[in-house]
Amino acid sequence: MRKRSRKIVARIIGRLWRLFRRWLFLMFSFGPMPQHIAFILDGNRRYAKKHNLKMGAGHTVGFNSLVAVLRYCYELGVKQVTVYAFSIDNFRRKPEEVKGLMALMKEKIDELLDEDTIVHKFGLRINFWGCLHMLSEPARAAAERAMAATANNTGPVLSVCVAYTSTDEILRAIKKSCSKKTAEGCLRFTGDPVRDGACGAIAVADLEENLDSADCPDPDILIRTSGETRLSNFLLWQSTLTHLQNPLPLWPEFSLRNLIWAILEYQRVYPYLEARRRSLAKKHN
Amino acid sequence: MLSSLHLNPTLNYATLNYSATLLPLRGSRRRTRRNGANESLVSTAHPARQYPSLSASLAPAREVEERKEEALLPPHLRPESLPRHVAVIMDGNSRWAKARGLPSSAGHEAGYRTLKKMVELSCQWGIRALTVFAFSSENWTRPKMEVDFLMTLFENVLKEGLGEFVREGIRICIIGDSSELPQSLQKLAKEVVDKTKNNTQIDLIVAISYSGRKEITQACQNIAQKVKDGLLEPEDITESHIEEELETNCIPEFPNPDLLIRTSGELRLSNFLLWQSAYTELFFTNTYWPDFGEADYIEALTSFQNRQRRFGQRIN
Repeated sequence: MRKRSRKIVARIIGRLWRLFRRWLFLMFSFGPMPQHIAFILDGNRRYAKKHNLKMGAGHTVGFNSLVAVLRYCYELGVKQVTVYAFSIDNFRRKPEEVKGLMALMKEKIDELLDEDTIVHKFGLRINFWGCLHMLSEPARAAAERAMAATANNTGPVLSVCVAYTSTDEILRAIKKSCSKKTAEGCLRFTGDPVRDGACGAIAVADLEENLDSADCPDPDILIRTSGETRLSNFLLWQSTLTHLQNPLPLWPEFSLRNLIWAILEYQRVYPYLEARRRSLAKKHN
Repeated sequence: MLSSLHLNPTLNYATLNYSATLLPLRGSRRRTRRNGANESLVSTAHPARQYPSLSASLAPAREVEERKEEALLPPHLRPESLPRHVAVIMDGNSRWAKARGLPSSAGHEAGYRTLKKMVELSCQWGIRALTVFAFSSENWTRPKMEVDFLMTLFENVLKEGLGEFVREGIRICIIGDSSELPQSLQKLAKEVVDKTKNNTQIDLIVAISYSGRKEITQACQNIAQKVKDGLLEPEDITESHIEEELETNCIPEFPNPDLLIRTSGELRLSNFLLWQSAYTELFFTNTYWPDFGEADYIEALTSFQNRQRRFGQRIN
């Protein structure tokens, strides 16, 4: 009986909390809202050390934190969220840690595709950016399954960067651009001056359309948790006008309060950022 | 002002300009912590000890120089953990001028004076390279009067400063799309780069009409040209090929900045050194650039010193 009444109370509190969140997010939506937020999920291991958890447990807590933050973002109306889950540099860590992370990745990707998760609630489309062939076979297969299963969803987008570095992304874009131009015959002299002259040099737009983030607007905010102030090879090309933030909490400690503060900061600088974007757009037109 | 200098221990002593042997040996020993383990390194590394007669005549002068060097570096900064390459986005000149009711040209002139001071301090403290963002490709959309003033300012700075660059051993590199600059400035820039190319005390890279994305695209075009010439296949392109083609390769030893400072409270990169700042520590300050002084620079370097750089790995 007491268990039942506790469940009822919990459900009521849950509903009240969701109502309060909806009202709060409605208030925010009167100001400019970011369309794309990027996260560097830094601080999982430090969290585990701080709370005397075993190795790998920090990442599990970090994943739960990620799901909560994603829910808040999509409730706020953010259309794109990009997260830096695993860098190519992270392969240089201890083999058992890398193995554990690959196994966790596979488990959590499969979990996301279950019923009753945010993927189904919001109609999420999931992308994986990076060198997927560097992942372990089960993780890679899970990633491809997730992309295939959500390819036709029309809701917000979650882009997960695994086995990713921005310099590698740009390198692959350059290789693709050169290969394309070679295939078009632009990079071989055919002896025909008309044909040689018709192919233009590689432009900024050519590179941009070959990046992993080709169909995604640049991030409005880039949040790196645990207070570190560097990009660590994440979205270097895309973050030219991105508002960079580095809140002190470790990633598992990043909560709704921190997200709200991040958005308030963005709204404060928005007029200046927008003026810069408009003058840039004027220059390109 | 630059009578004694800290030089990076990785600097090849053989390349020091000993045609200046008429001058006292300039700070050719890197300040290190005084402990037994390091004393031997110091004694063998000193170039003058290879030339006993020279070292004998200059011994008293050298000790005075060493004591002066110790005094020059601020007390809590450790020379071994200073960044070798610092990049600066000199933001806030116009806002500084507006706050004082002055025209923006006054802000840019004040900004130039701050830059001079920063170059002096960097030389004193042994920072080997300094890259400054003087004019972005997006700045061409500013009012014509301001743009013309800036172009004139750059010309005057290069013309009048050439003597000092040569005297103080500053090597100038200019990066950016020079085709958009006035002809006279292009010519002068080439001349200054040429005349200072053998200087070794500090490398000063000035980014004028620069865009990080365009730099990477230009590198891509250069690589595409190599592919066209049959020197390279698209699938063999690596990150090193790209890095060789970037303009910051004018300092091949450390093209990537260790620390990037942006003034005036703006928290973004604004298309500056995108590729190169992959692992750069970022430091943001609310101070406007003309007000950025020695104390602010020390604060930035102290913050850099206290950071733990892991490059994606774990440090236990």
